[in-house]
Amino acid sequence: MAVKTLTINGEQYSAQEGESILSVARQHNIPIPTLCHLEGLSTVGACRLCVVQIEGIPKLLPACTTKVEEGMVIHTANEKLNKYRRMIIALLASEGNHVCAVCVANNHCELQDLAYQVGLVRVRYPYLFPKKTLDATHNDYVMDHNRCVLCTRCVRVCDEVEGAHVWDVAGRGINCEIITGLDYAWGNSETCTACGKCVMVCPTGALFEKGVNVSEMEKKKGFLKYIITARQKKEWVTISNE
Amino acid sequence: MSEIIKKPKVATVWLGGCSGCHMSFLDLDERLIDLADKIDIVFSPIADIKTFPADVDITLVEGAVTNDENEEMAHTVRKHSKYVISFGDCATTGNVTAMRNRFGTAELIDRAYKELADICNSIPNDHTLIAQLNEQALPLHHVIRVDAFLHGCPPTPDEIWFAMNELLQGRIPVFKTQFLRYG
Repeated sequence: MAVKTLTINGEQYSAQEGESILSVARQHNIPIPTLCHLEGLSTVGACRLCVVQIEGIPKLLPACTTKVEEGMVIHTANEKLNKYRRMIIALLASEGNHVCAVCVANNHCELQDLAYQVGLVRVRYPYLFPKKTLDATHNDYVMDHNRCVLCTRCVRVCDEVEGAHVWDVAGRGINCEIITGLDYAWGNSETCTACGKCVMVCPTGALFEKGVNVSEMEKKKGFLKYIITARQKKEWVTISNE
Repeated sequence: MSEIIKKPKVATVWLGGCSGCHMSFLDLDERLIDLADKIDIVFSPIADIKTFPADVDITLVEGAVTNDENEEMAHTVRKHSKYVISFGDCATTGNVTAMRNRFGTAELIDRAYKELADICNSIPNDHTLIAQLNEQALPLHHVIRVDAFLHGCPPTPDEIWFAMNELLQGRIPVFKTQFLRYG
C-alpha cells in the first residue's frame, strides 16, 4: 500500500494510504478530543469534536473520517479549533438534561471530561430543558434519554460486535432519539441479549446498570479490544479495562 | 502620612440553591478566622443584615435564579458589586434547581402543594410573603453579567479558599485547569 507523507502541527509524518488523520495522530500521541469515536467500532463522524484544520481547505474536517492525502498540512490544536470544540460541548450540554451532581456517571463521564478538556467554564446558549423520557423496563439496565448525546456507540456496538442490532436512531433534529427495535420498550425487546455492551460503551450516564447510585456507574471498555483481538487473531488475551 | 487600608467588602447571597455552597464556605473552619481579618462580610444569609448594601467589592452568589425575588436580588447584586461570582453549580448551570424546568410551574406547584400534601392541600397565594416562581430556573449569567465561576456541587473549602485569596489580591480567578468541574 502506498505511503503518504503529511505534516501535523509542523512535524512530518508518514501514513498508510486510506488511514484516517485521527489514526495517524493517535499512533504518534497527538491529542485530538473525540466523543462518538471508539476504537473497535465503525466511524460515523457524528460529534464533530475531532475537527482539524487542513491548509487549503476552507472548512474544518473531522479527523476520524478524513483520510490522509499526500502533502496535507494539518493543525490539530489552535484557538479556533478549541473555540469550535467548546461550542460543540456547550451545545450538547444545552440540548440535554445533564445534571452532573445527581448523575450515575458523575466523575466517570466522557462528556464531563471533555468539558474540562475544552475549558467549558459556562454555557452561553439558552438551555433547552427538553422533556425526555427514561426507559427502565429492562431487567438489568436503564436508558435515560436525558443524558444521551446521540453518539450512536450503543447502536454500533450492538450491531457490529454483539450482532443483535437492538438499537436504532429515530426522528430528526432536536427530536432525534435512540430507540429499541421499532420504538418499543427495551424490556419488551426480543432481540436484546442483555449482554450490556451498549451500557459499557456509552460515554455518559444515558445507559446504566440498575441499582447504581450517583457517581457509581463506571464504564469498562476493555472487552471491546478483547473481543476484536480474539476474532481477528484468534488470540484470547485479557486486556486491562480503560 | 498614614493611609487607612480598608478591608474589601464581601457579600454572599443565597438564591435558588440548597445552601450547600454556604455550608462548604463554613467548612473553611479555622481559615474563617484568617478570612475575618482580611474582609468585612457586609451581607450574607449567615449574618443578620436586611438590605444589600451599596459598593460591595465581591459577591458570591449561590443558587439559580428561580423566582421573582431571586431575579430582583440578582439585579441588585450586579448593580452594587464590583465582582460577581457564580458560587457553585446551581448558579453556573441551573443544576438541580433547574430540573423542574421541563414541567410547567402550575404542574409543579400542584404537585408540591396539592398532590403530595397530607394536610392543608391548597396553593399559597400571598405573594407579599411567598415569592412567585419564574417559568424557568436559570443560571445566574443568563440573568446578569457574571465575572467568574466557582464550580462544583458544592465547591470544596479548598476551592473557595483559593478563589477568595485570588479575589482579595485583585485577580479574577480562572478555574480552567485547576478547579473546573461539574457535579
